Amino acid sequence: MPNRRKALVLGGATLAGLACLAAALEERLPRGVSAVLYELAVPPAAAPTPDRVALGDKLFNDKRLSVNDQVSCATCHDPARGFVDHKTVPDGVAAPAQRPQRNSPTVLNAMFNATQFWDGRAPSLEEQAKLPILNPIEMGQKSPDDVVAKVRALPEYREAFSRVFGHEATYDDIAAAIAAFERTQYAGDAPFDRFVAGDEKAIGAAARRGWGLFNGKGRCSDCHAFSTVSPLFSDQKFHNIGIAAHKTDFIELARKAASTVRAGDLKQVDELAIQTHFSELGRFLVTKQANDIGAFKTPGLRNVAITAPYMHDGSLATLWDVMDHYNKGGVPNPNLDGGMQRLGLTEAEIDDLVAFMESLTSSKFAALAKQEMARQRARKSVRPERETAVAMGKQGHLGDLAPTPDPARPAAFGVLVRGGTSYE
Amino acid sequence: MSKGPKSIETRHYEERGAFFAGLRHVSRRSFVKLAGLSAGLAMAKGLVTPHGFQLVQVASAAEGDRPSFTFAYVSDTHLYPASLNDRFVRAALKAVDDVNALDPQPDFVLFGGDLAQLGRKEELDLGRQILKTIKAPVHMMVGEHDWFLDLGEYWRGLFGPAQHSFDHKGVHFVTLMSVQEKDFWTARGMTPAERMQTVAGLDNGVQSRFEVGEEGRAWLKRDLEKVDHQTPLVVFSHSPLYKYYRPWNFWTEDAEEVQAILKPFPHVTVIHGHTHQLLTNRIDNIQFHGMLSTAWPWPYAPEGLPKLTIQMNRADPFDQFDGCGDGAVEVLESGLVNKLYNLWDRNPVAVRASYLTSGGAKDAPPRTKLPSF
Repeated sequence: MPNRRKALVLGGATLAGLACLAAALEERLPRGVSAVLYELAVPPAAAPTPDRVALGDKLFNDKRLSVNDQVSCATCHDPARGFVDHKTVPDGVAAPAQRPQRNSPTVLNAMFNATQFWDGRAPSLEEQAKLPILNPIEMGQKSPDDVVAKVRALPEYREAFSRVFGHEATYDDIAAAIAAFERTQYAGDAPFDRFVAGDEKAIGAAARRGWGLFNGKGRCSDCHAFSTVSPLFSDQKFHNIGIAAHKTDFIELARKAASTVRAGDLKQVDELAIQTHFSELGRFLVTKQANDIGAFKTPGLRNVAITAPYMHDGSLATLWDVMDHYNKGGVPNPNLDGGMQRLGLTEAEIDDLVAFMESLTSSKFAALAKQEMARQRARKSVRPERETAVAMGKQGHLGDLAPTPDPARPAAFGVLVRGGTSYE
Repeated sequence: MSKGPKSIETRHYEERGAFFAGLRHVSRRSFVKLAGLSAGLAMAKGLVTPHGFQLVQVASAAEGDRPSFTFAYVSDTHLYPASLNDRFVRAALKAVDDVNALDPQPDFVLFGGDLAQLGRKEELDLGRQILKTIKAPVHMMVGEHDWFLDLGEYWRGLFGPAQHSFDHKGVHFVTLMSVQEKDFWTARGMTPAERMQTVAGLDNGVQSRFEVGEEGRAWLKRDLEKVDHQTPLVVFSHSPLYKYYRPWNFWTEDAEEVQAILKPFPHVTVIHGHTHQLLTNRIDNIQFHGMLSTAWPWPYAPEGLPKLTIQMNRADPFDQFDGCGDGAVEVLESGLVNKLYNLWDRNPVAVRASYLTSGGAKDAPPRTKLPSF
């Protein structure tokens, strides 16, 4: 009996301790970043301690990590630009002769991604950090040993690594420090988060209509879900939405891929993914499963206003182009995801959805978002992806059109309901 | 590691070249050429090699287990007029694209029935127009959705008799009309449209159960009289030629009589439509395979599911293609078949003849990790 009581007391203490920890975490995290998710995504051993973060920050911005002292992580993931480079595809050490095939994704909230890279080939931030340094056309180092030797030779790092890790730098330590820095880069504290928390005026009427469309007619929320069970505006899965099919030889490539089941080591897949036209096969290069041909990871949408251009190859310049792409049901190809169908969105509805996406901008990037959206809006009349007849069901066979919601009462489902009525 | 650096592309093309060169040494018929089929088989056999650009090693298949030829299938398109609803048109076109892209082309394409939704002329015409774009020869089978508006009159005008047979590369193929029903409509004073609507409903007790019928069985007997018993038989029927689940008409009322007619033949395969799901069965000498629909997947019936069936799990309702698809049938030298389900938006699944002959002991297809429905 006494033992059991002791256990109960202990258990109680542990629970209380955990609750306390969670509460403390909640204080520290910006609004919109889930403490529960943080605890799941950040293992205690990988917790970003201040000295690791400082070292990681320095490494992240240090061009000497590259073979020719020209490229740092920040070159393509610029902290001042929302951790992207605003380029279709990035410049690496081999530019302009050779460039990587894929658009730089943002580091913001990357700690919560189930997998890293557009094709999910790295399981953690640490594993991710190791690969671009060694990629011949990104940072160009020949081997981990070369990187370690170079870092060890720099006096300031010698001191820092022995202080933080208690020994000379290793490749794992370098990755761990960079990952620690990346685990402090949140995307949260957006007007939309205040809206969700109850401030109905935190976002404008257009954005509120957009949120309704996002969950309804636009069919966005099936993959970019935002809910208690899927809080990242991403299902963390891989889909072929027809971007790869922009490339003229994709269909042939895809058919070949289906008949070619093959496997490779991580480095080899990394090089294939970045350097060659096989890059367009996407997730398939990792899984060798026919269903993953041309499939890429669903990215989260927070701060999407400041991360143009869009898609895995940076081929869409503005959010209007993105909406045009989805509105026509993507680009047909043998592996197009069955969830892709034309949407029949009007121009006004597209504007509302863009306004909603803009409301996902973290407050620290508000000024940048304003500037970026002004730039995008200025080229709103240039719409290379627009195919109105297809989008509206007047041409082609791309599935049913969702009913057009009553503009006075946009899709009631998915919209915050207070006191039993839909907003306004 | 640094010795003789070759680019990734060079390595890829070298290994791929070596693989294809290797294939050429194997007898032409002894490896799977059908793209998706090889992937599916590789999975089924666990032959996905762990490194390099090796393709599938099916060259070592046992005697009699070697493929002789392949035909593809498209089934259960359930077409409405495109003006009303074009999602099924889209799916049918996708299936046609799939079979047209097969390299090498299949010897022929089986259409598994239920071309139309309510047997109307415009639906059947639309279907005919879509199927016309298939490059390989097409063999047609009729389904109840094609039949019960005018009892097959318009369909027969387009495609010929509902029961027919042909021989191909040593295999005797028979197409049965297995969705006859005893007259339930006259006594109830139903119009043809009401009769069609009733049959088109899944779960109802008003309609009769499907059957090949006395006349159909007599035709089958006559047709098989001239066929040597050692000849492999492949029978196409719209409904499964066994009793799966009566309330949904996943059922053939005179299945036992039909099976008895097929009894003298040691190698019999039945390929059927109607059930829109992965479905596998074996009754004595007969192996049964269902076909996928391009339009929608049916859930599994609450009882009666054949033991050998590896179920597919619940389809994502958001995803029009999930649980749907088309496929191919690889006829082996033994006369039995490997059946490929080309599931759209999923990985292909191959159900091998050896899985059925071994009673499920060998070559089991991959089982889904998620619960079925």
